Amino acid sequence: MSARTLSEALLARAAGRRDASPGDLLTCQVDKCLATDITAPLSIEVFRRMGARRVARPDSLILVNDHFVPAKDIESANFARAMREFAKEQKIERYFEVGRSGICHALVAERRLVSPGEIFVGADSHTCTAGALGAFATGVGSTDLAAVWALGELWFRVPETVRVVLDGTLPAYVTSKDVILRILSEIGVDGGRYMAIEFAGDGLAALPMEARLTLCNMAVEAGAKAGLVPPDEVTARWVAETGGTLALALAPDAGARYARTLPVDLSRLEPLVAVPFLPSLVQPVRELRGTPVDQVFIGSCTNGYLTDLRDAARVLRGRRVADGVRLIVTPATQEIYLRATREGILSDMVEAGAAVTTPTCGACLGGHMGVLGSGETALATTNRNFRGRMGDTNSRVYLANPWVAAATAVAGTICLPEDLP
Amino acid sequence: MKPGALLRGRARVFGDHVDTDVIIPARHCATLDVDELGRHAMEGLDPGFPSRIGRGDIVVAGRNFGCGSSRETAPLALLGAGVGAVVAASFARIFFRNALNVGLPIFECPDAVAACGEGDALEIDPSQGGLTHLKTGRAFPLAPYPDQLLRIVDAGGLVPYVRRRLGVD
Ligand code: SF4
Repeated sequence: MSARTLSEALLARAAGRRDASPGDLLTCQVDKCLATDITAPLSIEVFRRMGARRVARPDSLILVNDHFVPAKDIESANFARAMREFAKEQKIERYFEVGRSGICHALVAERRLVSPGEIFVGADSHTCTAGALGAFATGVGSTDLAAVWALGELWFRVPETVRVVLDGTLPAYVTSKDVILRILSEIGVDGGRYMAIEFAGDGLAALPMEARLTLCNMAVEAGAKAGLVPPDEVTARWVAETGGTLALALAPDAGARYARTLPVDLSRLEPLVAVPFLPSLVQPVRELRGTPVDQVFIGSCTNGYLTDLRDAARVLRGRRVADGVRLIVTPATQEIYLRATREGILSDMVEAGAAVTTPTCGACLGGHMGVLGSGETALATTNRNFRGRMGDTNSRVYLANPWVAAATAVAGTICLPEDLP
Repeated sequence: MKPGALLRGRARVFGDHVDTDVIIPARHCATLDVDELGRHAMEGLDPGFPSRIGRGDIVVAGRNFGCGSSRETAPLALLGAGVGAVVAASFARIFFRNALNVGLPIFECPDAVAACGEGDALEIDPSQGGLTHLKTGRAFPLAPYPDQLLRIVDAGGLVPYVRRRLGVD
């Protein structure tokens, strides 16, 4: 019996085995599976081509309207309609309609749609976000997802694991976004390819669940299959809030073998920015001070959470967005939207001159409500700055945390809150 | 993909980390029409790509091809544009699964990209696991697929595989 990393332990159990080693191909039972308005329609078509009539386990399906909704055009309306009709036909309870929805990964965490220890696949690459809950969560394509609908299982290659050990506490204006940018700059956009990133260390205890979601969200930006935080007190509190369960939670074994261990001293981090066109091209904010932007976007499954909006509002309160700059704020879910409204965060933002939108992926993927034109530059709290990600091929995106985003919106150039008058 | 059939085409060369946002921008993804997707293939890097390539051309790229979004429209767009195969030093994992699932032949080969110029004639022999640069005669080994994947590839992709499992066929 060998010591197992968290991924090895979770995948082995789901395959009905005691052990699993990197490179093993296992067929695992899938506990939950996710599709969205842009990936479900292809899954539905493939599901039919597979000759399937009923999904194997309706209670495992999660269907979320988030990318191009409220429908941005007729094609998107028809995509959303296809998913809505499928949900009805298959009697899927966890179907989330516009107005009662949010960005899928934020929604999964908020509503505890996935529990610690579960195997969770999603037809969206940022499905790895749910690793923050201690689930094995990974992104797949629409055909793989259709196979899960039909069979309730999927094959997985057991990944090697990189262990990231966090120590110390974060300084002012530094968030878990900077932690993951730091990791990306160190290992690169394929440094975690086919691997799992497992977080550990004393520094983890001080990171609340939302900060962990940000951390695991961008594991895929290193090419990783999953990012995982072993369940602890923070997880237990988060789960308990809605009477969720830790029954399936597992921990990594002491003495498990890691492909690599990467220590990160949180107290020595500073606010960072990923510059075009890779999330791993990271520089400190202080080296980019003065870079002008046309738009700032605060939102997405990376940094559209309540804490993120609170941080940004603290900077914006009593200030104005710079002339010539557009600030777009998109709360990640309806619940976050509501709470931010009640706390007065959104009115602070609107007073500052921000455009606050309904929850959606929207601008993050250049979909709608904040698409960039040719030659435009944005600073965004999102996760990808690939060429053309937020719009025209000749637009540019810088990635940063919400503190930096809010300060940049006020100054009109990249800066820190402490640089503002 | 018919396992084993010879593939011939001209090299279309790209660098490292070709992401799915440049293979097919999200704004073109609200369709399942493969030809329509093909008209925007590689738009983010090379808008003239779909009109320039010949049917069966082989995309040859560096590391981490297909990184980023899980959109299956990426391999579909390449198929729609007429791409016959992708040979890369390495692939991002979701793209790798998606390509096999939709029947886009892909092969891992660390050294091909450095040896291929734009438009060079190439031949791939999947059954022998080899790629040949026809002008120089240089041969490159292609990484074999793991067994479990071969079962899916041999079944003709994931759709026929699931049909068999469901007892439909
Ligand atoms: S917010 Fe952006 S990264 Fe997250 S799921 Fe939506 S499009 Fe993808």
